[in-house]
Amino acid sequence: MKMSPYGHLAQRSRKTIWTALILVILILAVFLLSMNLGAVRMTPQDVVKTLFGGGDARQHLVLFTLRLPRIVIALLIGAGLAVSGAVMQGLTRNPLAEPGILGINAGSGLAIMLYASYFPVVTLGTAFMMPLCALVGAGLTAVLIYGLAFKKSEGLSPSSLVLNGIGIAAGISAAMIVLAVRLTPEKYQSVYIWLAGSISGTTWNYVLALLPWILILVPFVIYKARVLNVLVLGDKTALGLGANLDRDRLGLLAAAVGLAAASVASGGAISFVGLIGPHLARRLVGPNHKYLLPVSALLGALLVLTGDTIGRSVMHTGEVPTGIVVAVIGAPYFLYLLAKAKA
Amino acid sequence: MEATSSSTAAPEGTPQEHKPKGRPLAAVTILIGGAGLLVLALLVSISVGSISIPLGTVWQALFHFNPDVTDHQVIREVRLPRALAGVLVGAGLSVSGAVMQGMTRNPIADPGLLGLNAGAGFVLAAMFAFFPNMSYMTLILYSFVGAGIGAGLVFGIGSLSKSGLTPMRLALSGAAVSALLSALAEGIAVYFKIGQDLAFWYAGGLAGIHWTQVKIMFPWVAAALIGAMCLSRSITVLSLGDEVSSGLGQRNGLIRLGGTLVVLVLAGAAVSAVGAIGFLGLLIPHIVRYLVGVDYRWVIPCSGLFGALLIVVADIGARVINPLQEVPVGGLIALIGVPYFLYLVRKGGRGIR
Repeated sequence: MKMSPYGHLAQRSRKTIWTALILVILILAVFLLSMNLGAVRMTPQDVVKTLFGGGDARQHLVLFTLRLPRIVIALLIGAGLAVSGAVMQGLTRNPLAEPGILGINAGSGLAIMLYASYFPVVTLGTAFMMPLCALVGAGLTAVLIYGLAFKKSEGLSPSSLVLNGIGIAAGISAAMIVLAVRLTPEKYQSVYIWLAGSISGTTWNYVLALLPWILILVPFVIYKARVLNVLVLGDKTALGLGANLDRDRLGLLAAAVGLAAASVASGGAISFVGLIGPHLARRLVGPNHKYLLPVSALLGALLVLTGDTIGRSVMHTGEVPTGIVVAVIGAPYFLYLLAKAKA
Repeated sequence: MEATSSSTAAPEGTPQEHKPKGRPLAAVTILIGGAGLLVLALLVSISVGSISIPLGTVWQALFHFNPDVTDHQVIREVRLPRALAGVLVGAGLSVSGAVMQGMTRNPIADPGLLGLNAGAGFVLAAMFAFFPNMSYMTLILYSFVGAGIGAGLVFGIGSLSKSGLTPMRLALSGAAVSALLSALAEGIAVYFKIGQDLAFWYAGGLAGIHWTQVKIMFPWVAAALIGAMCLSRSITVLSLGDEVSSGLGQRNGLIRLGGTLVVLVLAGAAVSAVGAIGFLGLLIPHIVRYLVGVDYRWVIPCSGLFGALLIVVADIGARVINPLQEVPVGGLIALIGVPYFLYLVRKGGRGIR
């Protein structure tokens, strides 16, 4: 058996630690910058003073009620989406798989749209209802795509998974447009901004709703890293190595869908993070999921936080939803990957 | 690429067997029957709506127009342009799908899946935002340009790779380019607060079509349809493969250029008039090839006819299902188109890998 991917284990883990360290420093840097930027400008001294109990009431409000929850949720969403993407890429053995491309965003979006169409959008309770809706939508979509792509004769072919995802996503988008036209303009504006992927107006409630998902599912997936490594080698090899294919695959897929759904519920349809995070991570630390998953999480967190910081500081009068900034950075990179890919 | 011809087509081995099988008899029957059905559908389309007008009055309004009768006015000014726009758009989208599928030998080619709609949408969003008062003529020209940008990006990037333009790569490239261009359009829409205007347009509906639009659209669509017919023989040969085509003395580059122009004009005109109606260009050519075989001299006119028929019928449905608030036609067509796309993927094997 070839040893190449797992050959220099000690070296890989050292490299991972260094990469992770640099990423954490970068995240901290953007974190600090992000606290200073926004509609209300605060100097670094003001931020530090406010953090340690000083500062006036207004600075307190801006920092603790408006900016910090937003920064924290950007980090969580980025980590969740990137880890979800890494798992999906491993499961489908397709480096281009991503929650957005596979229709998960669309499924959550449709569920949220239906919720918004038939229930009044109230702030109290929605923080917990929205993720639930998105989860159900994403889960049903995943089951649908998985079920359609599965063939008894060939099992689950990665390309059929991706093509089914694209078809279902296109269909759901059409349904969403039909619903969108029926909403009142006020509801429409809020749903629309949500769909574009915006995390403005996040409160600590949203952070609390998302946190458990990330805290439970990311460690679970990292714990299962070995299984993913085996699955990547292909079904035959994996069976030979004694992996319980169906159960493990189902568990991992459920975890990936859960992560994507919870993230999308909190931040709207932010695409491409799940693609770029794992891909860059693979370049930095190699294909072993034990290293790949944590580094993906950090890269995703960095990407979404940077996107959000850019989105709310480039314009003076309004903000650009985070998802749009991330797509504008992410789509060209995806296309570059596509042009370069061999088979 | 042709799953449908499997039962009849000769195995492609020796040069003389490359002549594709068409079914002229079936095609002629379909053209005549289809034209009859289309006329019938048009009459129904003109007579139903928020007020239904008996067919007799429709007849009178068309041939013995009396400007003092309200029903006659409604028919002339509202129903007729709407029905005719449906014909132009449906024929245009289906023929552009047929030409694309023939040229690329790709069974899932469709203006919507390949970024043309998103490209036109992006340029239109920018135009709505920056020049809200532009004329319809300018709007149409810009949506050609937008469709061109979308298609150029998708095909350009898809074919950069060493392994060439596989259906899978084309689909992914289309999805990514569409995501990028829609994100840019959304950004513009959120900033300028024109989101729901844009959604109405995206939804793809024939409501609110006026004679001006039909008049501006008609020469473009007609010219492109004639162009498609002139190219049809060459496309048939091209659909057998580049080598066969150049072996028979065809200039592949020139045919592709002509085909691309036809596709851009047809898809661009349709998108500018009724928004993003996806899956029509995918669905119709498949059904037609199943019925008449793979000779594009028959596939193209039959596709045009069927596309027009489907959209006129869907538009009637859109008005009948919920008369107070119309269901966008694009949504209704996706309802048929998506399952069909998934069926194609599932059948896989030939072409989609």
